[in-house]
Amino acid sequence: MNKLLCECGHENPEGTKLCQKCGRPLSAEEKDKKIADMRYEGTAIRSKTHNKSIIDKVWNFFSSVKVGIALIIINLVVASIGTILPQEFYVSVATDAEKEKYYSDVYGWFGEIYYSLGLSDVYSSIWFQILVLMLGVSIIIASIDRGIPLHKSLKNQRVKRHASFMKRQRVIAEGQPIKNADDTLELVEQKLKELNYKVRREDQSILAERGRFSRYGPYVNHVGLIVFILGVMLHLIPGFYVDDSMWLREGETRAIPGMEGYFLKNDKFILETHDNAPQGEQLKQGVNVVAKNFQTNATLYKQKADAVAGQADDLEEVKEYEIRVNHPLKHEGYAFYQMDYRLNELKSMIFDLTHKETEESLGQLTIDLTNPEDEYELNDGAKVKLLAYYPDFAGFKDGVPQTATASPNNPAFIFKMFTAEKPEGETSFVAIQQTLEPNGENIYKMKFANVETRNMTGLTIRYDRTLPVLFIGGIIFMIGVVMGSYWNHRRIWIEQSADGTVHLAAHTNKNWFSMKKDLDKLTDAAHLPQYVDQQEPATNEQQELEGKEETEKEGKPL
Amino acid sequence: MSLIDISGNLLYIAFFCYLIGTFLFGGAIKEKNDTAASRADKFGKVAIIVTIIGFIAHLAYFITRWIYTGHAPVSNMFEFTTAFGMFIVLSFIVLYYMYKVAALGVVALPIALLIIAYAAMFPTEVSPLVPSLQSHWLTIHVITAALGQSILAISSVAGLVYLLKNVNTKVRSFESIMFEMVMYCGVLVLGFVVATSTFSIMNYESKFEYVDTLDNVKQTTYMMPAIFGMNEYTELSEDKMTPVMEMPALIDARKLTTVVWSILFGSVLYLLIRLVLRRSVSSMLQPLVKRVNSQLMDEIAYRSVLIGFPVFTLGALIFAMIWAQVAWSRFWGWDPKEVWALITFLYYAAFLHLRLSKGWEGKKSAWLTLVGLLIILFNLVVVNLVIAGLHSYA
Ligand code: HEM
Repeated sequence: MNKLLCECGHENPEGTKLCQKCGRPLSAEEKDKKIADMRYEGTAIRSKTHNKSIIDKVWNFFSSVKVGIALIIINLVVASIGTILPQEFYVSVATDAEKEKYYSDVYGWFGEIYYSLGLSDVYSSIWFQILVLMLGVSIIIASIDRGIPLHKSLKNQRVKRHASFMKRQRVIAEGQPIKNADDTLELVEQKLKELNYKVRREDQSILAERGRFSRYGPYVNHVGLIVFILGVMLHLIPGFYVDDSMWLREGETRAIPGMEGYFLKNDKFILETHDNAPQGEQLKQGVNVVAKNFQTNATLYKQKADAVAGQADDLEEVKEYEIRVNHPLKHEGYAFYQMDYRLNELKSMIFDLTHKETEESLGQLTIDLTNPEDEYELNDGAKVKLLAYYPDFAGFKDGVPQTATASPNNPAFIFKMFTAEKPEGETSFVAIQQTLEPNGENIYKMKFANVETRNMTGLTIRYDRTLPVLFIGGIIFMIGVVMGSYWNHRRIWIEQSADGTVHLAAHTNKNWFSMKKDLDKLTDAAHLPQYVDQQEPATNEQQELEGKEETEKEGKPL
Repeated sequence: MSLIDISGNLLYIAFFCYLIGTFLFGGAIKEKNDTAASRADKFGKVAIIVTIIGFIAHLAYFITRWIYTGHAPVSNMFEFTTAFGMFIVLSFIVLYYMYKVAALGVVALPIALLIIAYAAMFPTEVSPLVPSLQSHWLTIHVITAALGQSILAISSVAGLVYLLKNVNTKVRSFESIMFEMVMYCGVLVLGFVVATSTFSIMNYESKFEYVDTLDNVKQTTYMMPAIFGMNEYTELSEDKMTPVMEMPALIDARKLTTVVWSILFGSVLYLLIRLVLRRSVSSMLQPLVKRVNSQLMDEIAYRSVLIGFPVFTLGALIFAMIWAQVAWSRFWGWDPKEVWALITFLYYAAFLHLRLSKGWEGKKSAWLTLVGLLIILFNLVVVNLVIAGLHSYA
């Protein structure tokens, strides 16, 4: 690689803008500028010097901040498009056909297009994931590209800089001290130390610096972002993440999906509501009651070591807990969340075996709807056999009763009743509000007496080993942004020539206002000549004059 | 007088202090050259004192309401928006002591006034909390996020001042028209306030029954004369305005009616201002900032973003994720509110990078801060009121 030789004798890598030793401008472009470009201290960054191989080209693409900003904006736009209509996972239908129908029914042609473009599930689309990944790659490459040269030049700063460097800083001062010219540098040193600057002195030159670490802020926060993105990607690796859910009826004990060897029992589900009178927004939206508490009193059990998998007979209690919203039950990295509930699910139905004419009962039977028995013995040798059970009766298909689900939402039964009068048995089909007697008129009927209900709780089971990674990523990010935003890197170079003339130059990466306040104090304490900001228009009046000229140049009056 | 009434009155006091403060700051600007080292003059001093008294009253409103309701008053539209206004004033006061620029007051205080007035248009009753909101994270997350948003909003206050000074409002150009549009939008918010107050003083209320997207029959109450009717509506109240037009189920005609009334009132107001003053609102305001140091404004805008960005990230993303993990079992669920917090974050990240690498300073940067304010307000208004978030229990 070619080297750039500075007049001071220092060899700089190709692409360097300001000599790394004395600060003289090296490129023709740089020499023309009134104020030096101090980004990355004028060092050569890799992407500006390598441009041959494909790797260079890819590197240069991703290290470009222009590309980085474009990627941020594209991600932003795609993310916002996904909020126009609700995403699929908030739509409670199951199949693709149903989803498609939902979007076109509810949102018309727009919904149809939205669905067919895949925008209804945009965040899980491969395109979105590639975009996020590209953003991640861009952050990594841009940080390496700039971070390393920046670190090198910040570490190897010289105290003495060439006059052309000093002159081309944004804030400069030049001239004789107003008084005490002999002590100027001592006064400067003392004041700057007071202002918490790190001061280095070589002969008649001083470099004072403060808050250099803040320059590393962006790099630290980018590391945090990368750790966070990596953490999110870990979700895809099996074993890091479990997301399951279960319905649990009161009194029921079931194996926990996704958590081998553990069982959970629902002792009780509680729903409490606020007893306020509806008002305001609540009224406008027609909401009558506001929930106050959802709670499952649960007991967590563990199988004994030698138990058969899935067997619920031999359990040890682990703990009892009241699972509420915002208060999940936690055990060994697993957490159980109160997510849903169903009230008054049918638990059992009670029937009387009744003589149709005399209304005389031969006894009562209680059918447990989740675990019905085959046969029920009644008084005087009568009995009822349960031939078939349809927990969620959904009508007949080709003359055969159908059940929609396994939940007892709409139970139906085929009974065979054995009585003294009919020892061979009578068959009856019984559903809610409906009785069929397939073999002609029966003498007895199953008369509905009562139901028992119970509540059901819907719990989510979550296990997420990526959380610590995400958390650490977040903390690193925060440390980085705070470093970079709440502190800044201020530098002051001062040189006094033999005749007492002082040359001052100051630079900060942000917050010039505070930099100038420091300079005001310094100027005052060391009796320095007044500094000038080369970027600021000299006075307000001048600015107003410029404004007038503009008025005359631009367009027609309003 | 009960605590909640005291709380309400304190808010009134704050409102009037800010109103007076605005005019005092207006006087402060005219007095002196604003670029000189001694920026604070006697008007400025009185103005900031009145503003601080207003802020203390505002804070007292917040605390008394907190005591009364038993939870941080940030749980509905009225409470959150009022708190947002309070943090804007707080950010302004801090900024004033950092930079001593009175011109910021003439923009920041009216914005805070508009926000508080807007908030007061929502039901102010104490609403009971649903279970997911019963958490300390409500307090921690919402207050940090609102603070972050208000610091970011202050950057657009500086941006506005910058543009007011640097956009040439005397000629008709794309820029000056856009800027006048910004002023017009401000008047529209006022229009919303005037429209809502007018109809509420008239006690206007009319009930409708309608059919929603999933074919359920529902009821709704209009607080303004119905311009648009809900899908397949039937009127339940008598002698009220019959809707001019029926809307499909997808569109909430009640909210649309509110929007249209606000635009009507706002536009009439705007026209009146133009007729009386015979010039654009921006050129009327321009003399106020004549003495402002543009470069300092630019720096204040940038600095506010720098200060607000970490606070916003902490409150609106990190704390939000922690709470979501505790309450909803997942730290992130692509809910519209979450996505718009992410969009705000990405937007300001883009802003910082543009400024850093492409040198987007001055006017460009000032316009960007206004877009940022637009995103924040979108998140506050549209995402809360229009886009349906579906994870609620109620
Ligand atoms: C969401 C994504 C990103 C966030 C939140 C982020 C955050 C930040 C922040 C806060 C700063 C400091 C800005 C300032 O102090 O004014 C910064 C600087 C920077 N970022 Fe990013 N960044 C992101 C993505 C990127 C990407 C994709 C690139 C790639 C091109 C990039 C390249 C840079 C560079 C070159 C700097 C300047 C470093 C310096 O001044 O030494 N960033 N970033």
